[in-house]
Amino acid sequence: MSPPRHTPPRVLRDLAHARSGDKGNRANVGVLAFDAEGYELLRAHLTPEALASFLKPLGIGEVRRYDLPHLHGFNFVIESGLSGGAGGSLRLDTQGKALAETVLNLPWPPPESARSHS
Amino acid sequence: MNGSPPSPAEPSPHSPLRIGNGAGFWGDQIDAPVLLAQAGELDALTLEYLAELTLGILGHLRHRDPAAGFVTDFPPLLRRLVALDQAHPDRPPLRIVTNAGGLNPPSLARLSAQTLVESNRGDDLVAVVTGDDVRDHLTSWRADGLTLAHLETGQPMPEELLGRLAVANVYLGSQPIAQAWSQGAILILTGRVADASLTVGPARAHFGWRADDWDRLAGASAAGHLIECGAQATGGLWHAWDDPSLDLWNVGYPIAELTEDGSAVITKPPGSGGLVTPANLAEQLVYEIDDPSAYVTPDVIADFAATRLEIDPTGPDRVRVTGTRGAPAPTMLKLACVARDGWTSSGLLAYVGPRAAAKARHAGEIVRRRLQRANALPQGFLVEVLGDLDIQPGVLSHPPGFEPWEVVLRITARDPDRAKVERFTREIAPLVLTGPPGVAGYASGRPDVKPAFAYWPSLVPCNLVTPRLDLRPARDWLA
Repeated sequence: MSPPRHTPPRVLRDLAHARSGDKGNRANVGVLAFDAEGYELLRAHLTPEALASFLKPLGIGEVRRYDLPHLHGFNFVIESGLSGGAGGSLRLDTQGKALAETVLNLPWPPPESARSHS
Repeated sequence: MNGSPPSPAEPSPHSPLRIGNGAGFWGDQIDAPVLLAQAGELDALTLEYLAELTLGILGHLRHRDPAAGFVTDFPPLLRRLVALDQAHPDRPPLRIVTNAGGLNPPSLARLSAQTLVESNRGDDLVAVVTGDDVRDHLTSWRADGLTLAHLETGQPMPEELLGRLAVANVYLGSQPIAQAWSQGAILILTGRVADASLTVGPARAHFGWRADDWDRLAGASAAGHLIECGAQATGGLWHAWDDPSLDLWNVGYPIAELTEDGSAVITKPPGSGGLVTPANLAEQLVYEIDDPSAYVTPDVIADFAATRLEIDPTGPDRVRVTGTRGAPAPTMLKLACVARDGWTSSGLLAYVGPRAAAKARHAGEIVRRRLQRANALPQGFLVEVLGDLDIQPGVLSHPPGFEPWEVVLRITARDPDRAKVERFTREIAPLVLTGPPGVAGYASGRPDVKPAFAYWPSLVPCNLVTPRLDLRPARDWLA
């Protein structure tokens, strides 16, 4: 079965599931909360800045967030998220398929949002 | 997702249209379309093969053989699907809509027609959609002032890139597919069309939607988008992958039951593995898209932010997709260009034991210095240590005290000069005699050198592009 969820949440994985992919050199990560309560937490704390800060080692560009309240989720679009994308990158995961699994390990609450909300 | 109960379906003068998608990319399971056709009670089978760079690979194949350039998985699959029809004379023959034509739909049509004629189905109508391949127009379009600016960066297309273009294809919409469906085509072969349009085409023909029925076209586009990646809609990539009841080995491929009002139910064949839930489909709805409120296809601009996903209580693994709204189709079409961009190769070796990751990194450095000594270091040279968190490098750390005792070294090279990449492939295997100990995996020999590609997405005005439909009985494709 899927890993146990921590209460209170310790990582994003405790609140949400996710899927990622590519469009050219942009990556996208869909992050879907398990429930309405989780969605509100994510809405407050999973800011584009929080995700950008977590993924900064990848040398990404701007991160945009689109809210999907009907689905209790978000679509994050990450500019230059793939070091050149399927054509240009030398990396194994040129298409960002594994990115969502990495994003779910974002510590909760995100340090970036803790700073901006304290 | 949860909340309001599903509303009853609008009464419809037409029966629902069941469209199953049996392929999410070229390389997907070869048995999936056959299993789906067998158990799916389908009105249409779609097969989506063309990822962004697939046409680049097809361009490479066509360069070597002018009769090539289509998806070679399709002809043997068609023979199996025709045999399935023969085994079920009580059923109407399966109708297939696919972009397997790639860069050469007419060539695939001739091969496919042969299969039909050999099965005494020479009267079956085979449709070919072309007009997406615009490579021959680019020079004159640029002379007319079209900059072909990059969709992400805004940079105008450089002259030198134009000279290296392997392929340039516009994403066509559903209109020619709908026309072929209305005229009774059994097999509809396209090149580059928007993935969702493979589903939208039969739907708009079946229900008689107008070209400006934006909400209905948007609803069918949502359904098409949900099923276009095959089993990703039915349990593939689901986070509870080890749930004993999930049976991903036998995952069923998705079926969209479209209705006249543009809504749909997503489901899968009875008895298959996987699952269809609102949560799983929510992941797929936003898969590889940008702004969900403006999912742009040649048919319509669909608003997925308005889409509702709710359990349909009339059976297991059924989710209703409603509420998607549509805005008028864009005036520009997406153009996907792929240019030849040198050569690439990747070599793999495994390292085991204490400090395995350090050994692998040291081995990578040895290769780099040997290539430098030979004045043959490729322009692109990347060392990854898989097992040491290099897939998204720098983002995650191992838990304190953890050290992997088994990693895979992956070294990748890329250079405009093929000889440099060839030279690189000769430096991997020597590591098993000349590098750190605890190394395995050289038995597969030197890695292959493959063409590398650059992707250049852009936009062109609709009125420059003319989709063409060629519809003939199978036997006439052989003439």
